[in-house]
Amino acid sequence: MTGTDQPILETRALSKRFSIGTRFSSEGRRVVHAVDNVSLTVRRGETVGLVGESGCGKSTLARCLVRLYDITDGQLLFDGDDITAKSLAELRPVRRRLQMVFQDPSASLNPRRRVGDLVAEPLRVHAKLTSAGIRERVAELFDLVGLLPDHVGRYPHEFSGGQRQRVGIARAIALNPDLVVLDEPVSALDVSVQAQIVNLLADLQDKLKLTYIFIAHDLSVVRQVSTRIAVMYLGSIVEEGPSEEVFSAPAHPYSQALISAVPVVETTPSGRRKRIILSGDVPSPLKPPAGCRFHPRCPVAKDRCRTERPALVEHKSGRKVACHFPASV
Amino acid sequence: MMLSVRDLKVSFRTDDGLVRAIDGVSFDLEEGEILGVVGESGSGKTVSLLAVMGLITDPNAVIEGSIRYKGRELVGLPARELRRLRGNEIAMIFQDPMTALTPVYTIGWQIAEQIQAHQRLSRSAALDRVEELLAEVNFPNPREAMSRYPHQLSGGMRQRAVIAMALSCNPALLVADEPTTALDVTVQAGILDLVRKLRATHNSAVVFITHDMGVVSELADRVMVMYAGRIVERGSRSELFNDPSHPYTRALLGSIPPLTGDKPRRLPAIPGSPPSLLRLPKGCAFGPRCPARYEPCDAGKPDLAGGSHAAACFRVAQA
Ligand SMILES: Nc1ncnc2c1ncn2[C@@H]1O[C@H](COP(=O)(O)OP(=O)(O)OP(=O)(O)O)[C@@H](O)[C@H]1O
Ligand SMILES: Nc1ncnc2c1ncn2[C@@H]1O[C@H](COP(=O)(O)OP(=O)(O)OP(=O)(O)O)[C@@H](O)[C@H]1O
Ligand code: SF4
Ligand SMILES: [Mg+2]
Ligand SMILES: [Mg+2]
Repeated sequence: MTGTDQPILETRALSKRFSIGTRFSSEGRRVVHAVDNVSLTVRRGETVGLVGESGCGKSTLARCLVRLYDITDGQLLFDGDDITAKSLAELRPVRRRLQMVFQDPSASLNPRRRVGDLVAEPLRVHAKLTSAGIRERVAELFDLVGLLPDHVGRYPHEFSGGQRQRVGIARAIALNPDLVVLDEPVSALDVSVQAQIVNLLADLQDKLKLTYIFIAHDLSVVRQVSTRIAVMYLGSIVEEGPSEEVFSAPAHPYSQALISAVPVVETTPSGRRKRIILSGDVPSPLKPPAGCRFHPRCPVAKDRCRTERPALVEHKSGRKVACHFPASV
Repeated sequence: MMLSVRDLKVSFRTDDGLVRAIDGVSFDLEEGEILGVVGESGSGKTVSLLAVMGLITDPNAVIEGSIRYKGRELVGLPARELRRLRGNEIAMIFQDPMTALTPVYTIGWQIAEQIQAHQRLSRSAALDRVEELLAEVNFPNPREAMSRYPHQLSGGMRQRAVIAMALSCNPALLVADEPTTALDVTVQAGILDLVRKLRATHNSAVVFITHDMGVVSELADRVMVMYAGRIVERGSRSELFNDPSHPYTRALLGSIPPLTGDKPRRLPAIPGSPPSLLRLPKGCAFGPRCPARYEPCDAGKPDLAGGSHAAACFRVAQA
């Protein structure tokens, strides 16, 4: 095994459950199975795209990976080191190397601090820099993410949604981390700024050997940035493989429906692709269906799917699928 | 005409000087029409529509121009009157769902409250209506979801809760600011259907801000492109996508990553960044980044010229 084959991050049967109380239903306290039995290996220098239906557990998994959430079951390894149960103090040296960009920029930026301060904060805590050095690095980071120098003294509310998102990215890359988990980092940006950020992330990856886990709903962006993608459905990974292959020939019926629903600019109406419409109710992570969790909405479900849960297994070289009847690819 | 905005200008006084966020924006919206608004991040899409809604609360804001809704001038209308219009006739879906939700109440409580503020309904009828609305926006198990606090929902679920809230009064005018950014494409398709249904059943007009060109091309009748506080191009959906004329629009459409075929190593991004709104250039604001720029572009600002398909560009005007 060469050095680059050593996974930078690995989850083994990782699960996260929330327990919630209910007021409007008579069912009492319930358990949300937000992330269920996820085993994922991320190698140094690659970008894993994480896609799936709204509410399927992407953000929860992301927060588990950077240990912002405690992990209910399973294991999490960072650079070979088991960090599943490490205390906050033990995590400190890991934190610098493992960063996250949040889906909701306004929720993660303190509204009372100027954005220049917000970007300087991780530098003050972790980097040995003089205050002039910090100022210089902040200016450099602003430039990298396409913010203007006169933005430094502004407060988060004085920014547009996309500008705030870039503050979050600047903060996350400030310390030259090894791995960055990006939760919808470009969804608030127009396509030209999005292209700049996507190019920037690629440049940083080349230069610093960064590894990314990239969550986004815009599948053409995910395809562009990812070397591999993992498709989630109701808390579990249902398909995983090289991104271009999964996009051109998805094997899991859910991946097929997802990819068929992407709206694209079509100049000729006849060019519209056929969309697979999923029927049936969206299942709840409170009461996941028996058998294959996708079976109530699956267009190819058969009896076996209603009782037996398919495991995520190698379908062909490099491709894993959790389905009893995957499409041949 | 349902909505008619004329020469709208919005500036903010800041420590560094006056930020000219909106620099003369005019547009009309008819009943039953869906207008897509796209443009550079920070170009003023949100601020211009917040101004229309009377929702700019920053005391340092200066708003000029005219905004007529069904013939009635909204600029200068007392806050109480505006509040009555919003919720009864005009509804807004905010870019950031947490602006519309408070963390301390369950979402069922909050949406029911909103419904009861504008409709005479008993609490239990309001709660039934909330359940219906949440089911429409694709919530699994809506009754149960009503008892959740916002932080117990996923980002996309929060966004859908806010959409449900906005749709609760069947508004005549719906302003939706990036309502589907946190939604996967299948759920998004459902939301776009709801917007079309609102138009079909209530002849509502919709302003839909998004940077997803695919969504605009599926939903909008007309499209408006903004850059540095101005409209740089507008036209029907097909005029804009089949025959974009402004250099910014062309560059914008060129930056969309492909979904099929070869992956470019780098995406064709527009070089440079938009101007600081504290120091707008004397000429065309896109000039410093524009591949088509020539002498006239530095001398003054191009006006939006043309008929239904119009662009603010000296090159286009000359052609
Ligand atoms: N309260 C404020 N004080 C100062 N400047 C502001 C304020 N609110 C907005 N701005 C500025 O006004 C400009 C327009 O902002 P707006 O939020 O309308 O952009 P946008 O087009 O919606 O962008 P995005 O696509 O990123 O959401 C931005 O440059 C922003 O920084
Ligand atoms: N703190 C919490 N307490 C209870 N349930 C939660 C909590 N956070 C998330 N959930 C639930 O866990 C599930 C997964 O949520 P998560 O935010 O991970 O989804 P997501 O895939 O990121 O969705 P989106 O694309 O909408 O952001 C959802 O059903 C959500 O309601
Ligand atoms: S006016 Fe000139 S600088 Fe502006 S967009 Fe047109 S060609 Fe480019
Ligand atoms: Mg999320
Ligand atoms: Mg905005």
